[in-house]
Amino acid sequence: MTTATESARLPAVRNRLTTGQLPKRSTLYTVIGGFILAAALQGLIGFNWFGLLVFTGVFYLIAIYSLSLMKENRRKALDRLVSGLVCTAFILALAPLVSTLWTVVSKGLGILSWEFISTSGGAAHIDPDTLELVSSSGALQAIVGTLQITGLATLFSVPIGLLTAIYLVEYAHPTFWLRRTVNFLVDVMTGIPSIVAGLFAFSLFTLLLGPKAFSGLSAAVALSVLMIPTVVRSCEEMLRLVPADLREASYALGVTKYVTITRIVIPTAIAGIATGITLAIARVIGETAPIFMAASFTDSFNANPLSGPMQTLPVMAYTGYKFPGQDIDLSNNQAWGAALLLVLLVVVLNLMARIIAMIFAPKTSR
Amino acid sequence: MSKSVNVKDLDVYYGDFLAVHDVSIDIAPKSVTAFIGPSGCGKSTLLRTLNRMHEVIPGAHVKGQVLVDGDDLYGAGVDPVTVRRQIGMVFQRPNPFPTMSIKENVLAGVRLNNKRISRSAADDLVEKSLLAANLWNEVKDRLEKPGQGLSGGQQQRLCIARAIAVEPQVLLMDEPCSALDPISTLAVEDLINELKDSFTVVIVTHNMQQAARVSDKTAFFNIAGTGKPGKLIEYAETTTIFNNPMQKSTEDYVSGRFG
Ligand SMILES: Nc1ncnc2c1ncn2[C@@H]1O[C@H](COP(=O)(O)OP(=O)(O)OP(=O)(O)O)[C@@H](O)[C@H]1O
Ligand SMILES: [Mg+2]
Repeated sequence: MTTATESARLPAVRNRLTTGQLPKRSTLYTVIGGFILAAALQGLIGFNWFGLLVFTGVFYLIAIYSLSLMKENRRKALDRLVSGLVCTAFILALAPLVSTLWTVVSKGLGILSWEFISTSGGAAHIDPDTLELVSSSGALQAIVGTLQITGLATLFSVPIGLLTAIYLVEYAHPTFWLRRTVNFLVDVMTGIPSIVAGLFAFSLFTLLLGPKAFSGLSAAVALSVLMIPTVVRSCEEMLRLVPADLREASYALGVTKYVTITRIVIPTAIAGIATGITLAIARVIGETAPIFMAASFTDSFNANPLSGPMQTLPVMAYTGYKFPGQDIDLSNNQAWGAALLLVLLVVVLNLMARIIAMIFAPKTSR
Repeated sequence: MSKSVNVKDLDVYYGDFLAVHDVSIDIAPKSVTAFIGPSGCGKSTLLRTLNRMHEVIPGAHVKGQVLVDGDDLYGAGVDPVTVRRQIGMVFQRPNPFPTMSIKENVLAGVRLNNKRISRSAADDLVEKSLLAANLWNEVKDRLEKPGQGLSGGQQQRLCIARAIAVEPQVLLMDEPCSALDPISTLAVEDLINELKDSFTVVIVTHNMQQAARVSDKTAFFNIAGTGKPGKLIEYAETTTIFNNPMQKSTEDYVSGRFG
């Protein structure tokens, strides 16, 4: 569509190469036309947003294909049709995401306040002065719990995962049995359903400490089980991306393997490794079932991950709905608040991943 | 500070694949030796066995002996790291470290080997190595900039500077000029001539004129066909190889009537 528009500073000349093309803005006009048609149709059969989107897409595709077929040629018509299909698919895929975000933000924003994130509790209790039942609404215990549990899980999984990846990429011979075993086990671990990880941690700690052994540590172990394979795989991939040339260059200088790995290979891959780890954290921070099993849930503040139930944001969202307190509305609101906080945490983590990648990226600019 | 290299009945394998068969060659100290031959005949492979870089590839191994000043490189208990500190290498493709600046790249061999070096000594070493590699004038104002910001030819000269900064006794060069313009090529050839005074140099090249210009002796390798191992056909003074070689195939190759 922009073939003949770049001749800004040159005098216009006759150009027979542009004949047989739809006018420049035809895509936009066709979309608008499709939208109006769809809206009109909706006027007849009743309105809903999803239908509007779908009908607009369908009308647009039909119109642009036939227009292009008439004015242009088959190749271009097909090109426009497929581009249209791809864009429609993209918008359709985006719709649930936007809708989810919208719901979480609109429902959670109401309760989000400084008080919500700075006080703990949520259980109804008797106010000693007025002898009335009041419920405080705070998520501090859940924020602290989430940060501690995912922090601990990260602390466990990153060294194990990174070292495993280094072993797989740098040390193990491709056909060595240990490497194949580790590879197989990592694949198996990747497929473990999160509830099984929760059960594992729960029963492990029950065996070790007796019944009701809920603790943040137990939940962190469960999350580690889920996190380690992700960390291994992403670190492995990043280490493999480091060109063999660099390792050889280092060896050829008489540098030992250990120094080559720590000073050449890892620094070269660090941006990707950091991104991978951050995304792995973002992945497990929203886990509900395993934390629910291993750390149970509570409304009271517990900052000791070694003993006692611990609340976390995803579990708070779940229990707020499933086991509401006296004040059902408040519980539900708290659930949405927790969900929103969780989304925000994940956004922050993703941003961090970006920033880390930018800071560590190999410098190639002049 | 220069060493001789003696290769005796060397077979070089990639896993089960025999890439180079039965090579024996004596390289005198303070000399330049050129390896020439058609693509795939095992020049790089043989070169890499001379500083034990070959075994970095999984499954790669050798049979036979390589003696450096009489010491067996492949003897039991020999640490490849020690070997590589004495025998440096420049690769076919430039490979500066992407996380390091130009200066850090030159100093990499020293720094990564945990040698202490004072700041002024480091600056001197950087200048000396870059001057020797004919890169100093182009980069002296941006030593702190990333090494990968240089052009391909500049990167290759940076790699040469990096290799000579650790002052190896033998320097192996695998087609060091294949990415360079004629002027840089000439500079590298001058450099090789200077290095000859203190190092032993082995250079792989596809450029006949280059081999004729820089080397004292030339080894011609050939391969009977795909899947067959490469072999040393003829090894003699460079003038002999280029003017009256013993073998018909050598003559065909150096005169461009090959295949
Ligand atoms: N990593 C490897 N694994 C298996 N075989 C290899 C490997 N590298 C090289 N070979 C084989 O070894 C033989 C010799 O290769 P080599 O790279 O030494 O050739 P060369 O003479 O350097 O060629 P060129 O002039 O193209 O650089 C070839 O048959 C090649 O296919
Ligand atoms: Mg080669």
